[in-house]
Amino acid sequence: MSDSASNDTLTSQESPSPAERATLVGGRRRMSTDRWFQRLCIATAAASVMVLVFLLASILVEGIPALTSTLVLGTPEPNPDEAGMWPAITGTLWVCSLCALISLPLGIGTAVLLEEFKPRSKFALRAYQLIQLNISNLAGVPSVVYGILGLTAFVSMFSLFDQVREPGAAAYEIGATYYDQFSNLASDPFLSMGSEEVAERYFFVPVNARTDAPTIPKPGMQALEYVDNVLVPVEVTVTDPFDAPAEPEALSYAIDINAVPGRISEKNWYYFRLPFGRGVLAGALTLMLVILPVVIISAQEALRAVPSSLRDGALGIGATPWQVVWNVTLPASIPGIMTGSILAMSRAIGETAPILIIAGIVYIRNSPHHLMDSYTVMPLQIYNWTSRPQEEFHQIAAGGIILLLAILMTFNAVAVLIRHRMHKQQV
Amino acid sequence: MVMTLVGSPSNAQNAGLRGKVEIDGSSTVFPITEAAAAQFNKRYPNVTVNVGVSGTGGGFKRFTKGETDISDASRPIKASEFEATKAANLPFFEIPVAYDGLTLVIHKENDWVDYLTLDEIKKIFTTEGNAKTWSQVRTGWPDTEIQIFAPGTDSGTFDYFKEVVAGKSGSLREDMSTSEDDNVLVTGVSGSPNAIGFFGVAYYTENKDKLNSVPVLNPELSEPVSSTPEAIENGSYSPFSRPLFIYVNAKSFSRPEVRQFVGFYLASAAKLAPSTGYVALPASVYQEARKRCLGRLTGTHYLTKSMEKRTGSVTDVYQTKNLIK
Repeated sequence: MSDSASNDTLTSQESPSPAERATLVGGRRRMSTDRWFQRLCIATAAASVMVLVFLLASILVEGIPALTSTLVLGTPEPNPDEAGMWPAITGTLWVCSLCALISLPLGIGTAVLLEEFKPRSKFALRAYQLIQLNISNLAGVPSVVYGILGLTAFVSMFSLFDQVREPGAAAYEIGATYYDQFSNLASDPFLSMGSEEVAERYFFVPVNARTDAPTIPKPGMQALEYVDNVLVPVEVTVTDPFDAPAEPEALSYAIDINAVPGRISEKNWYYFRLPFGRGVLAGALTLMLVILPVVIISAQEALRAVPSSLRDGALGIGATPWQVVWNVTLPASIPGIMTGSILAMSRAIGETAPILIIAGIVYIRNSPHHLMDSYTVMPLQIYNWTSRPQEEFHQIAAGGIILLLAILMTFNAVAVLIRHRMHKQQV
Repeated sequence: MVMTLVGSPSNAQNAGLRGKVEIDGSSTVFPITEAAAAQFNKRYPNVTVNVGVSGTGGGFKRFTKGETDISDASRPIKASEFEATKAANLPFFEIPVAYDGLTLVIHKENDWVDYLTLDEIKKIFTTEGNAKTWSQVRTGWPDTEIQIFAPGTDSGTFDYFKEVVAGKSGSLREDMSTSEDDNVLVTGVSGSPNAIGFFGVAYYTENKDKLNSVPVLNPELSEPVSSTPEAIENGSYSPFSRPLFIYVNAKSFSRPEVRQFVGFYLASAAKLAPSTGYVALPASVYQEARKRCLGRLTGTHYLTKSMEKRTGSVTDVYQTKNLIK
């Protein structure tokens, strides 16, 4: 408004001299350039908003009818009406929370080093420059490359722990109990025994270590059976199949004397192994690689924005560098660091390519129970559903995208809240 | 005591069986395996079955390292992969689970293509053929540019089509639009009257309202055949009907949960195949597969002793005499 008003006063002036006229013409051109520039800015801003609105509208229209409690709490099923993504939701929460827990301290720590503890020697300066150059470069590496790196570095750990006989198996682990699982004589899926219905039973014999030789069935062997999800001792008959008891109940407790058991394991919540394998931890560490450069660079910018007078003041009254960082610069830069972390976590939550390489599972019914457990993430589940031929799967995929956005916004809301709190404290 | 081969599983739930079955491989076979796993988990809720989609080749890579118990494959095992299983001392069972019919599709408004012969398909898709316009494929067809849509080069579908159309030494042309996502191909072909593309029959069945399928001239019958379930099953939809497989690690097979899963899969495959858009194999093939597992007959049927590929219909190839270890 003020622009056009000043324009009017310029044009309404009477009989300007030639020199004045020249500046006025120039002035008019300047003003119109300014107006056009403003319009251009509005147009570019509108374009990005339009794309987002269009995307959101099409997703919402298709996805809202698919938003059911089944989609949130269900497991993946071949029938789209029954399919849900609870394992993928919990997988995403596990991987992203772990990733944030690991990468934020690492990233902020690196940024503090680079910004607050300036190099004092020529050698240190070179090292700082090298780190800085590396971080900037890593920010541009495609995420699929990090997936391949994660596969080598975290999943198989450069094969450092490999035994010749079983590559990739756990070399060191805690929190696992191993059992040998025997099936009874009646439970072979390829054979049926006579016409009577004999109950299928499975018996468990504890073994000390994963690498122990398979248990050889012996008469009088101690065995356990799951009853209501609890292992209870049970008496089994180890017998030759042709001397097996005829009575169905007795037969159901009979094990073939030549039976070969299968090794299974029960894992505690603190289960840990080396190498990490294709578990939640390896996924979180790989995503950490993807977002670490973003976290570091944004934290550096935030620290740089803290006025040096604050630092100087603190140092002036005798604070140590640690006290300056902890009490002055970090609190002052938290809002900026949070903004960077929001962007980084938004990237992590939507990453598909590296997870496809290091986990790759799309049918899984269980949520992760420990750091090494198998998992899938929401983008992977959505990708799988969109590539199905059936239209119904595309609809629940749209519902899945809305859920993913909702989780992303929750993550962001928490960060915004923290930022807001810190801001208020400072004011 | 009388022991008989069983065909269908009972439905009683069993919470006693524990353990984990790791599966990876072809995304084409995934829907059948997923259906089998979902049904299996209804019966054995405490067995963990994880299914991945690394592709046929990617799945075999993990399988030959012993990382997975079962590998889904949309083509038979290759000589190099077979050698790798031998080097790692990993005997396996080869089990065909269903038929897929590769279907050629065109736009709804394309009214000139009534059928295609294998030679004409070669003209369209191979580097040597390299037809730019429809008139170069058959005289009398319009002089408009052909747009080609094909599955990604990493897929078993691409491999299979390449082998049938271009042979071992030939290659498919590179100026095709490819996508790992078959739905993109559906959108591509339905968007242009001059387009042609191919993918598994399930994607055609779901998009019949958007696309037309192209009958292919059967060289032996000398008449065009469409990719109907009947034609795929009786072998007249030749040469584009292909079997889909699961490969089972024979060491894992001795574990009760894997044995139960494979038994369940085999018993229900005939039902699961049509429900996921594929075609069931003849009952005799499933019976043969059961014999492989029970008799511990490991190895592949699709390679000869000199590591040449063996081709033919499933019923001809999948016989004990063709089995090599």
